Amino acid sequence: MRRMVAVVLLFIPAAVSASEPLPATIGFNRHVQPILSDNCFFCHGPDAGQRQADLRLDIREQAIDGGAIVPGEPEESSLIQRIFSEDEDLQMPPPDSHKRLTLQQRKILRAWVEQGAEYQQHWSYEPPVKVEIPAGANAVDVLVQRALAEQGLEPSPPADRRTLIRRLSFDLLGLPPTPEEVEAFVADDSPGAYERLVERTLQNPHYGERMAIGWLDVVRYADTIGYHSDTPRNVWPYRDWVIKSFNDNKPFDRFTIEQIAGDLLPDADTQTRVGSAFNRLLLTTEEGGAQPKDYEARMLTDRVRAIGTVWLGQTTGCAQCHDHKFDPISMRDFYSLGAFFADIQEPILGRREDGMPVMTAEQEAELASLDAQLAQARQALDAVASQLAAAQQQWEADIVNYRITLPELAENPEQKVADAEKKRAQSVAAALKKSDAERSPQQREAVRSYFNSVTHLYRAERDAVVAAEKARNEYFEALPKCLVSISTSNKRVVRILPRGDWMNESGEVVQPALPHYLPQPDGGGRELTRLDLAQWLVARDNPLTARTAMNRLWKQFFGTGLSRVLDDLGAQGEPPLNQPLLDWLACEFMDSGWDLKHMVRLMVTSETYQQSSVASPQLLAADPDNRYYARQSAFRLDAELVRDYALSVSGLLVPTIGGPSVKPYQPDGYWENLNFPVRQYQPDSGESQYRRGLYTWWQRSFLHPSLLAFDAPSREECTAERNRSNIPQQALVLLNDPSYVEAARVFAARILSQCQEPTDKRLEWAWQQALQRAPAEEELKLMQELLAQHLAIYDQDSAAAAALLGVGFAPAASEVDPAELAAWTHVARVLLNLHESITRS
Amino acid sequence: MSPAQFVTDDSAATNRRVFLGRFSQGLGSVALASLLLPNALRAESHSDAAFVPLPAKAKRVIWLTMAGGPSHLETFDFKSKLGQMDGEAMPESFTRGQQLAQLQGQKLVCLGPQFRFEPRGQNRTEISTLFPHIGAVVDDICLVRSMTTDAINHDPAHLFMNTGTQIAGRPSMGSWVTYGLGSEAENLPGFVVLVSTGPGRSPQPIAARQWSSGFLPSRYQGVQLRAGSEPVHYLTNPPGVSRRQQAADVATINVLNRYRADVTADPEIATRIAQYELAFQMQASVPELMDLNAEDTRTLELYGCRPGDGSFASNCLLARRLAERGVRFIQLYHRDWDHHSLLREELPLRAREVDQACAALIKDLKQRGLLDDTLIVWTGEFGRTPMSQSNKGPVGRDHHNQAMSMWLAGGGVRPGMVYGATDELGYAAVENRCTVHDLHATMLHQLGIRHETLSIKFQGLDVRLTGVERASVIKDILL
Repeated sequence: MRRMVAVVLLFIPAAVSASEPLPATIGFNRHVQPILSDNCFFCHGPDAGQRQADLRLDIREQAIDGGAIVPGEPEESSLIQRIFSEDEDLQMPPPDSHKRLTLQQRKILRAWVEQGAEYQQHWSYEPPVKVEIPAGANAVDVLVQRALAEQGLEPSPPADRRTLIRRLSFDLLGLPPTPEEVEAFVADDSPGAYERLVERTLQNPHYGERMAIGWLDVVRYADTIGYHSDTPRNVWPYRDWVIKSFNDNKPFDRFTIEQIAGDLLPDADTQTRVGSAFNRLLLTTEEGGAQPKDYEARMLTDRVRAIGTVWLGQTTGCAQCHDHKFDPISMRDFYSLGAFFADIQEPILGRREDGMPVMTAEQEAELASLDAQLAQARQALDAVASQLAAAQQQWEADIVNYRITLPELAENPEQKVADAEKKRAQSVAAALKKSDAERSPQQREAVRSYFNSVTHLYRAERDAVVAAEKARNEYFEALPKCLVSISTSNKRVVRILPRGDWMNESGEVVQPALPHYLPQPDGGGRELTRLDLAQWLVARDNPLTARTAMNRLWKQFFGTGLSRVLDDLGAQGEPPLNQPLLDWLACEFMDSGWDLKHMVRLMVTSETYQQSSVASPQLLAADPDNRYYARQSAFRLDAELVRDYALSVSGLLVPTIGGPSVKPYQPDGYWENLNFPVRQYQPDSGESQYRRGLYTWWQRSFLHPSLLAFDAPSREECTAERNRSNIPQQALVLLNDPSYVEAARVFAARILSQCQEPTDKRLEWAWQQALQRAPAEEELKLMQELLAQHLAIYDQDSAAAAALLGVGFAPAASEVDPAELAAWTHVARVLLNLHESITRS
Repeated sequence: MSPAQFVTDDSAATNRRVFLGRFSQGLGSVALASLLLPNALRAESHSDAAFVPLPAKAKRVIWLTMAGGPSHLETFDFKSKLGQMDGEAMPESFTRGQQLAQLQGQKLVCLGPQFRFEPRGQNRTEISTLFPHIGAVVDDICLVRSMTTDAINHDPAHLFMNTGTQIAGRPSMGSWVTYGLGSEAENLPGFVVLVSTGPGRSPQPIAARQWSSGFLPSRYQGVQLRAGSEPVHYLTNPPGVSRRQQAADVATINVLNRYRADVTADPEIATRIAQYELAFQMQASVPELMDLNAEDTRTLELYGCRPGDGSFASNCLLARRLAERGVRFIQLYHRDWDHHSLLREELPLRAREVDQACAALIKDLKQRGLLDDTLIVWTGEFGRTPMSQSNKGPVGRDHHNQAMSMWLAGGGVRPGMVYGATDELGYAAVENRCTVHDLHATMLHQLGIRHETLSIKFQGLDVRLTGVERASVIKDILL
């Protein structure tokens, strides 16, 4: 055996002489752990249930005890022997695992063992380290350039000013800059012009909207419950709370705590409770045949997955049915995390409650005043209650004594009495036959109500109560409401579910507890609450939360995360290519008091951010995916922003912030497969039709098709990263969706009315509006040709022009020639469809 | 030549087709390349050998989903013993500790088969008399009576059937398959969905997540084609815009985009240009596809449909047309099989809506030589209980996941075969019991994909359609 291995090893160097060189020092986290995790841990990792040959390779001592590793002696190590073995019975990973190591990977493992097989704790479980940065330097630039130098790469030159302001505006506000803003910035060559632009932009209230989009994805915010009937629920005040939190620059630790435990804070108020709607954003069902235990388990697992994705960058969901195969999270950790949420009061099945009223101070005052008016009216009625009761007694006695028939029951062929009225009178007549003591409460109420309807006594007092009740109730009904967290002492019992099976109740009951492999707070032995969980997430010694948040933020401004897999900083994710940078950002974030705007400012004022996104062929070849940031990246706007762009350029955009979700035009019948109940989509009219994309009604099972086409997620699961696809449906949306056709014709009207000049000047003006730059000569010529062609058609066909100008609710400009306006609509449409228009570069 | 002429000129149209063909094949061939040449797109640790494709028996799938969960006991699984025990208590030995839906905690009573069965075909297979046409082609189909599933409510059960997991956000099978194999359809999406609803009651909802591409790129998501004037969202030009005008705009957009590509060297622009071309092509090809007036009367009669009626029969005929055009994965839903009540009244209506068309699809594909390489699958999302349900009105049956019947045809599946059996009361599959994962593995196998190798890294896992549990190709039902 030994000889055979030696032969194999001798054979290898020749075979790989052409392959890439090995790193001089093999780093466990950087080089070794990804290989072991992806190929070996499935059977030789943390999951005891799956472990083969009682060998685990994720713990050094056990790997050595098992003979797999003999430090410094690769030939003696069965791990190395078996990964190089060509004998199918010995080979690791075994052929039927469909895992196979490349030669380079095998060489890395061999060299690592040779160098002593040192282990490190997984990088993201170690506390982040903040390296020293020269005073006055931007750490982003220092650390990016350090990595570039190692790669032999040079930063790109800065982008031109027009590109820069456009980039910043899309990144921080999600809206294009106006031509005037661009002009002013281009002209401002005083020092600090860019920094001042950043400050102004950070103060713009649309900043909160832009930042909210990614957060709403990751917490899976939507307007409907998700499962089966996918019916509506009230949570939009939470969306507005998120926007406001970003605008107020609420420290991220507080932002976190309010979402998980806003109801448990000593200073809990309406707003912190709205934040706690986070706990209610999960999928729920109203399906008749659903089993409570089933959905209780689904809801628990949904919440644990959410904590993992949103804050920890851990794929906790894997531990629902077995210990995690790659990360140290156990089933016990999983269900113990779930136990934190056992106190949330909610129906497991069926309709959610309407939620807590969310009132402004004025609304609270108004409601209090209505309550007072009602109390007053009731008081006035109480004052005459005894007289009214006496009158009723007299009336009852008269009816009995004089054998009076109630008018509804009288034989009167001329007067038709509705059946319902007759029935009511019959039950009153029956009740009157009994003494007051013999009557049921319902009968007593029926008699009282009947008497009240026929008597004129104290009518004003009685009417006043009815009116005050109505006013109060109508006002209350119309108030915004939001599902929030309410803690109940009647907690659900949480058990470990063997293999995730909710029907199996044999598992151990668990109490709330934090993942065992991460720093533990001193709970003093008392039972932990959601507040403890929240505070632990943002504790200074939690190594994951700040890294997870900074990795996502980095992606927003640079195109990819420093660790590419945004929702997994665990063993199966990617060790960051520039860990000093991610760590520095995480430390600075915490040290600054979790100041998000501070971090945004650091990133966007860096030279790295301001680079050109145009790559030289050499750079493209050296770093095709731009992982080292020797340039900026160009990428398509997010779904909501594609809409915002068209509305903004056309002038249709209604920039109101917040409020109930809105319904833009949507194809007829798109909801035909929804049921319980069947629903008709009614597009909003008026201002609500022209709101920003993030306010679109988020129907989980049938998300608006235009948003869907541009990769907006359904938000059934927490989504840390959207796809960024390029599909034909996107062309169909921009060409034919009435929202975009309407935007084009309103943009056209704006061109004609606001620029009363010759055609070429008008085109230049339109270019400035849409692209914030002047057209090139060839572009102008092309568009002039197109305009002439359409104009010739519409001059001959006024019906076609009228049809095009009739798209959408916005009135058509009446002072312009319809043929001309229709032709210019095509010009506007082409501009709104350009790749450049919907790209941030 | 001005760009506006570019698109309307015929010879240019030919060039465009070449151009388009290159790009649209590109969609699928990217994924295909990653199967054949794992190092091109995949993490290095994947084995080269694992991606060598199997010989493909089927080139495409037509999946007929009977949404709501048809009763196996009135369709394809005759149980005389259940008839004898009609009205008697269900023996507790069957149901103890089992997962039930609406019957949980209720008195459990046997309900005999509500419709007559007849022996059909060479093997005298018992088929419900509600399906005379399917009975007539029983020698062409492979009936599986031992399918089971994990889920017991509609939404999770559909998800499980389509994605192999009950967690939302995973790719459906059509997405997996087009991701793996691409599509041969030039001007149509590779994964198409058609939904029909019979007249009558209030059917279970169907969510678009059932054809979602999940974490795979959006180009693999199923595209629902609908009856009526706009089969694909936003397919139609705005009012007052002719096809010629649309062509001029698209051409101008593309030329301007090309100018931009010269400045920025952004490779996404080339894709954007191709997608505008494809969208413009779809505006013609989809209405052409949907127009059943092109079919002769005999064909329309064979299926039993009228052009534009939106029926299941029309959708079956469309499925054939899609198959002819190279669409990889065609999924039909027919709703309203959820018979908690009114089983005797409603089931015959659903059967009548699908029976003739299912048989017609088999016959039509066969006569056109397409059945051999088209895999047809007929299934609900679960079966129904042998126990009666009477708390929702006239008698019906509850959801049930221990047994269901389904059938396959074409695509290298053994015709004229019955596979597996349930116990004497039709409660649980006992002989050759198979799972949804097995079904997926088998379907992928017929398409030339080893199910263990079709995986993608997501949240740290090599996620597969067939899941992490063991799944087996049902070799016995294959030719």
